Amino acid sequence: MLRELYFSFVDFLRTFGALQLFFLRLLANSPAILVRRFGLVVQQVYNAGALSLVIIMICGFFVGGVLGLQGYANLAKFNAEDSVGTFAAFSLLKELGPVITALLFSGRAGTALASEIGLMKATEQLSAMEMMAVDPLRRILVPRFLGGVISMPLLTAIFSVIGLFGAHLVAVDLLGVDPGAFWQQMRSSLEIGDVWEGIIKSMVFGVVASLLAVWEGYNAIPTAEGVGRATTRTVVITAIAVLILDFMITAIAI
Amino acid sequence: MSDAVDHLIEINDLYYSRGALQIFTGLNLRIRRRQVTAIMGPSGTGKTTLLRLITRQLIPDRGTILIDGIDIATLNQKELYSLRRRFGMLFQNGALLTDLSVFENVAFPLREHTNLPNRLIRHVVLTKLHAVGLRGAADMMPGQLSGGMARRVALARAMVMDPDILIYDEPFVGLDPISMGVIVRLVRKMNDALGVSSILVSHDVQEIAAVADCSYLLSDGKVAASGSPDELRNASSELVKQFMHGMADGPVAFHFDAPDYAEQLLGRDAD
Ligand SMILES: Nc1ncnc2c1ncn2[C@@H]1O[C@H](COP(=O)(O)OP(=O)(O)OP(=O)(O)O)[C@@H](O)[C@H]1O
Ligand SMILES: [Mg+2]
Repeated sequence: MLRELYFSFVDFLRTFGALQLFFLRLLANSPAILVRRFGLVVQQVYNAGALSLVIIMICGFFVGGVLGLQGYANLAKFNAEDSVGTFAAFSLLKELGPVITALLFSGRAGTALASEIGLMKATEQLSAMEMMAVDPLRRILVPRFLGGVISMPLLTAIFSVIGLFGAHLVAVDLLGVDPGAFWQQMRSSLEIGDVWEGIIKSMVFGVVASLLAVWEGYNAIPTAEGVGRATTRTVVITAIAVLILDFMITAIAI
Repeated sequence: MSDAVDHLIEINDLYYSRGALQIFTGLNLRIRRRQVTAIMGPSGTGKTTLLRLITRQLIPDRGTILIDGIDIATLNQKELYSLRRRFGMLFQNGALLTDLSVFENVAFPLREHTNLPNRLIRHVVLTKLHAVGLRGAADMMPGQLSGGMARRVALARAMVMDPDILIYDEPFVGLDPISMGVIVRLVRKMNDALGVSSILVSHDVQEIAAVADCSYLLSDGKVAASGSPDELRNASSELVKQFMHGMADGPVAFHFDAPDYAEQLLGRDAD
């Protein structure tokens, strides 16, 4: 029992070390790809963005709407319903925006990346590239990784803005909160540091979600079953990593 | 040893295994420059594995592989890639890039390795596609092709950089007699006109007789027989005869290693 625990711990460390090495290789190749093959990156930003944009917008709207409802119902008890804008803005910018966007991204774009790369491996497309003296890491993995890293903050911003719009719609237009108070309170209590916290989170989550998707796809067992499993693992591991990192970043920021 | 210089590829005492499965046990093989060398052998003997070892997609357990006298195990990634640019390889299943059109698939090596203007790339790609009879399919996606068509596109892609060494893994499978004839002539022409050295894996004894200068028959992890197609056809060895004439009984077992058939059907193998 103890032995097994020990071995799975060693196994975990080994995988984690390999993941770090893989991350460094992606980073080392990123500048060259950004400069010389920018078109490939743009295409991947487009792919990741186009895949996730609609669900990000729908979810952002409804999350914002719920914040408007909950905020109003609870703040009204203290006669503070004017603060509902502040409440929604804090929740969206600092927590819900980055976290939910990352989870949605991994479910939509991350799984697509992992299965695409896994399938390329299973059908020997990656080997064929190697044989044509083209490094699949540079040609396939790095652009996809960068595409995810770039699109995450953009998607997070869209999520938060649409969320605020949803909160405004519910609180001001439906429940009758004063629009001036809604915006005024928000502006006076929100500091630039709060915005930065959200931006940093979204950048970290972008790196993590893209890294894990690309890693799982690249290391998938090259069979239909293996690719399926890699896809599932992408979502699960990303969710765990994002929530743990969210806690850690919040702890540091406070 | 004057002909030692003539060898493009030399494989010495090669061992390779996957898990408990011994695939090569002391394989020795020579491939001459500017010839078509055929590699034959029963399914599962490791022909594809051998091609992967030669191109260093796999690393042998023991033994050396020399290309132009250089041990490929000693190459770093940069040297390996410049070696690979001399290769053109046709994978057993084509391995076309599924997110690119047929045209872009064939153009892929050109776009990655050269700065040719679009007009020239278009010219080269269409010429190669024409050679395999698929110029009309240039705008199709790989998913829309039949197996035989995909393999012909892959062949065009393998030839597009004008490599020194062409490696074909079962190029004739899934081709109709007409395209088969065209492809056989194409393989031969690459050799005669352009001085390419070719390595060709195939089961097709007749087609091999038509194109190959020299062939090797692999069995049990070693070279079982070698020589020109005629020599092999007239060889006296039981194994060679069985393979060349397609008989089920003989030294080569048709079945993969398995427990006794009757015992297994009766469910006694579990005990
Ligand atoms: N990825 C792998 N993992 C484990 N064993 C493998 C793997 N790939 C191939 N093998 C084994 O290696 C042996 C040789 O395979 P290989 O593909 O080289 O055969 P082949 O001679 O090309 O056969 P065919 O003519 O059917 O293509 C087979 O017995 C196979 O079971
Ligand atoms: Mg094979």
